[in-house]
Amino acid sequence: MKKLWFIFILIMIVGCKTDTKMNTENGDTNQINEEEKPFVETCTYETLKPLLNKSDDKTYVINFWATWCKPCVEELPAFEKLHKLYAGKNVTVILVSLDFPNQIESRLIPFMIENNLKSKVIAMVDTDHNSWIPKVDESWSGAIPATLIYNKNKRTFYEQSLTYKQLEQEVTNFLETK
Amino acid sequence: MMKTLKVYVLLAAVGLLAAFTSKPTNDGYEVGNYAADFNLKNIDGKMVSLSNFKNAKGFIIIFTCNTCPYSIAYEDRITALDKMYKDKGFPVIAINPNDPKAIKGDDLKDMQQRAKEKGFTFPYLQDLGQKIYPQYGATRTPHVYILSKDKKGNKVAYIGAIDNNFSDAAAVTERYVEDAVNALLDNKLPKVTNTKAIGCTIKKLK
Repeated sequence: MKKLWFIFILIMIVGCKTDTKMNTENGDTNQINEEEKPFVETCTYETLKPLLNKSDDKTYVINFWATWCKPCVEELPAFEKLHKLYAGKNVTVILVSLDFPNQIESRLIPFMIENNLKSKVIAMVDTDHNSWIPKVDESWSGAIPATLIYNKNKRTFYEQSLTYKQLEQEVTNFLETK
Repeated sequence: MMKTLKVYVLLAAVGLLAAFTSKPTNDGYEVGNYAADFNLKNIDGKMVSLSNFKNAKGFIIIFTCNTCPYSIAYEDRITALDKMYKDKGFPVIAINPNDPKAIKGDDLKDMQQRAKEKGFTFPYLQDLGQKIYPQYGATRTPHVYILSKDKKGNKVAYIGAIDNNFSDAAAVTERYVEDAVNALLDNKLPKVTNTKAIGCTIKKLK
């Protein structure tokens, strides 16, 4: 079944590729497009859970967002910057997309390509929200953007937008308490 | 001596318990609180208050808007709820909490247009000045508050989501709002009184 999906997606990619081929004069650019097409892992709470509870030496910054959420999109550059500057300092940024499950191919992936997202993106497809929101954090009402920052010693949940300055300050606190 | 010690231990335990159970954020109503009335402009230009509904047994108040994909996904289900419960005494009252200056597509004209397109059967009010949603403690759209009328006022009976599947109405297995209103119509308390769902942040000017 999984293989079938893979083939289906492949056909979709090839399909899109032929489309662009028709529109571009330089056929070689299409090759690059396919290689750059980001892979998005989908998850339910059960498969997301281990990522929210790691006990290694890293600090994890888990941002809950969606392409349709304006304040989320506005703060994404801050998370991208954090990923760029702190990936080498034991900080892992993960962007958990809450885009509608049927819009991953049509919206999420094109958005990732367009904005050249470098952080890891996971698509949460568990639509029974009430079953998992309180497990991410008891205080979370469900509004996004929301961000969880944690390491093995400390855990804070932010149901709000964060600027790069705030984010860096918070992460610095976490790195100090390691 | 022993007695005072016991009292101290008890006091400490109560203090500790309070420290752990106190909620640091989110003021607003909890189930069991009485909700204040409001006076907000409807899309037909008239002002609407809860006190206008003399025969209502309660209300399904839904903070929702034009622009949030989750709200849009629920539009037809909100109309269905109104049709199902208005005559039984629990009308839907939709309130748009967004500041129209903070997001394009949520001013009164947009609301009028959307209501017309979708055939809304319920009042669709604008929380102009954004005074009401913070009183309720709404944080997102859609966000439901079911009120049950008694002698003292409108008591909050349920806070949360409409059902457990935003993306596919046919795949819903838990109808939180229906279950809660049905219980109230039966003179019972709803079994599930608080649920959570992903929603759009309520938009305000920075």
